[in-house]
Amino acid sequence: MLSIKDLHASVEETNILKGLSLEVKPGEVHAIMGPNGSGKSTLGNVLTGREGYSVSQGEVTFNGKDLLDLGIEERAHEGLFLAFQYPVEIPGVSNMEFLKAAVDAKRHHQGLSDLSAVEFMKTARDVIKHVSLDQSFLKRGVNEGFSGGEKKRNEILQMMLLEPSLCILDETDSGLDIDALQVVANGVNAMRNDDRSFIVVTHYQRLLDYIIPDYVHVLSGGRIVKSGGKELAKELEARGYSWLEGEVA
Amino acid sequence: MTDFQQHALQLADAQSSPDWLNDLRAQGAQQWQSAAWPTRRTELWKYTPLVPLQNGDFKRWAEPAGGWQDHIEQIDLDATRLVFVNGVFDPEASSELPPEVVRFGDASAEQKAVISEHLGKVVDTERHLFAALSNAWVAEGVLVHVPRGQRLPKPVYVLHVSTPTAEPATANSRVLAVLEDGAEATLIEHYASTADEQNGFVNSLTEVVLKDNAGMQHYRINMEEENIFHLGGVHADLYRSARLRGFTIAQGSRLKRVDYQVNHKGEGADLNLQGIYLPRNSQYVDYHTNIEHCVPHCTTKEVFRGILADKSRAVFNGRIHIHQDAQKTLAELSNKNLLTSNKAEVDTKPELEIYADDVKCAHGATVSQINKGALFYLQSRGVSRKEAEIMLSFGFINELLQEVQEPAVQNYLGPRLARLFSRDNELLRHISYE
Ligand SMILES: Nc1ncnc2c1ncn2[C@@H]1O[C@H](COP(=O)(O)OP(=O)(O)O)[C@@H](O)[C@H]1O
Ligand SMILES: [Mg+2]
Repeated sequence: MLSIKDLHASVEETNILKGLSLEVKPGEVHAIMGPNGSGKSTLGNVLTGREGYSVSQGEVTFNGKDLLDLGIEERAHEGLFLAFQYPVEIPGVSNMEFLKAAVDAKRHHQGLSDLSAVEFMKTARDVIKHVSLDQSFLKRGVNEGFSGGEKKRNEILQMMLLEPSLCILDETDSGLDIDALQVVANGVNAMRNDDRSFIVVTHYQRLLDYIIPDYVHVLSGGRIVKSGGKELAKELEARGYSWLEGEVA
Repeated sequence: MTDFQQHALQLADAQSSPDWLNDLRAQGAQQWQSAAWPTRRTELWKYTPLVPLQNGDFKRWAEPAGGWQDHIEQIDLDATRLVFVNGVFDPEASSELPPEVVRFGDASAEQKAVISEHLGKVVDTERHLFAALSNAWVAEGVLVHVPRGQRLPKPVYVLHVSTPTAEPATANSRVLAVLEDGAEATLIEHYASTADEQNGFVNSLTEVVLKDNAGMQHYRINMEEENIFHLGGVHADLYRSARLRGFTIAQGSRLKRVDYQVNHKGEGADLNLQGIYLPRNSQYVDYHTNIEHCVPHCTTKEVFRGILADKSRAVFNGRIHIHQDAQKTLAELSNKNLLTSNKAEVDTKPELEIYADDVKCAHGATVSQINKGALFYLQSRGVSRKEAEIMLSFGFINELLQEVQEPAVQNYLGPRLARLFSRDNELLRHISYE
């Protein structure tokens, strides 16, 4: 599904990712943990094609295609989805318009026609229940005045509507109370299947009690410095990251 | 005197007008000819050169024209409708008038008294040269006079249509609204043109008097083809606890300048003014607003937003003047500009002049390009860059559009504004208007 080989990437001339490699197979859930500033969000941004990030070395293939060669929206059409660490507020554009534009864009790529407003409303009303947001959040501006938790639920709502094949969740759990955390976890678990993969970026073992990962990786200094099974998360929770510093070298 | 001033006076001489307006006309003419012609050194005209107007050949009054109906979409609402074509009243297209609405020429003795009392008195003609000209030219006009405690059941819709004429020509438009104590009304002024290349000059002036506790919704919609010259003004006096809710929108043109002057003259008066300007190509639009807080406990909330495309230019000058006696004033002024091209240019100048010490005031102005983070967010969800840009541009003004109280106006503007950003329906299909 996703194959990252020796990826080097920089932001404003600063090298952030320094030889990162990662293989994600269909149906797998990978957790990425690591200290602040280690490059976790950078990885998400590079994969989704955000402006300002340049790749100097390495390759990324996604479902057999050269991912780095695709435009931002093409990556989305191919099934890549990033749940943002800091979702953007867009006053004046209703959540509804935004979500429908996204769903229709994907349908267009699949050769399907737009959903009718009625069909879309029906789907959206149904799915929004799964993230425990009130219907009124469809009418409001995109993330406008949403609390941190509501923004994250809105990300999960988008994920559920778009049904991507690879979902990257960037610290979706940060700052969430236990109820919101469960909403996020339930959303992911409900979508887990043999074809869909997840990369879950988190600081906390806590989320991984609900979303059981197949693999846990530690990202430090722009590289994966350690990989293991779900028990690695527990170890990190107990010991922190400093004991791994030796392994970076 | 410039030739332009001279020709304008000749135009006044060529008019027939009711005798009882003669004093005001003479006074206007006097001011007009004695005024120094504005140059770039004139503070109020610093950014907006009048040269193209001055060089225009505006020596005759525009003739009425037929056949415009198929080319102008009117706002679809149940209203008292007055239609003027090139400044000339079109009775066919207009509706029957209720007793509260009258053309100056048909005014009763009582209505004449109201007109004489207020017409040309709200506007400060020392400051507004083209208002002096409007006085010199006053002949035709509309009075809305709502008696004490009454509410006009239907909005008044004044449609001013411009069409091109054989030779460049001038049209004058004048509206006076006087709401007595506790009266309420909605007034919608719509300046439109056919899509043909325009060659006219429109001088429009509106005066509003809101007496104690009166409330008015006022709309000024200025969407004309880009070759027109249009200088307009809305001037209002607000007495005790009067409420004015104003909405104004302008597309740019060769020269378009709109002044708003609101005077808080009675305690507790409240102004909520929202404006949108959308110049593109090489168009020009200038909004000058001046709010005078003369007495305590009044409020002003003013929000203007502009989107500038291509090589267009806009000026926003928003002044709020809080006099020494105007304690406990609440005043907010915000102006945000979105440039969708790096050749577009805006001069924004919010000015708060505060001489009272116990007031709450805020002002801010921004000039920015489309938010990159928001653009990326939409694209990362699969929306094309082009569609995302249009959704974000529309969203930028949609925040104001959503607050438009009159649904017919909102329904009218939504799709039209969206089409300004693109003619491609594919790209507009996710824009909703309410
Ligand atoms: N736009 C940017 N400009 C400059 N430096 C950046 C930018 N974005 C991230 N960085 C830097 O890159 C490093 C990695 O950041 P990030 O990927 O956000 O880390 P993480 O998500 O793991 O906390 C940090 O040192 C951060 O300061
Ligand atoms: Mg991060």
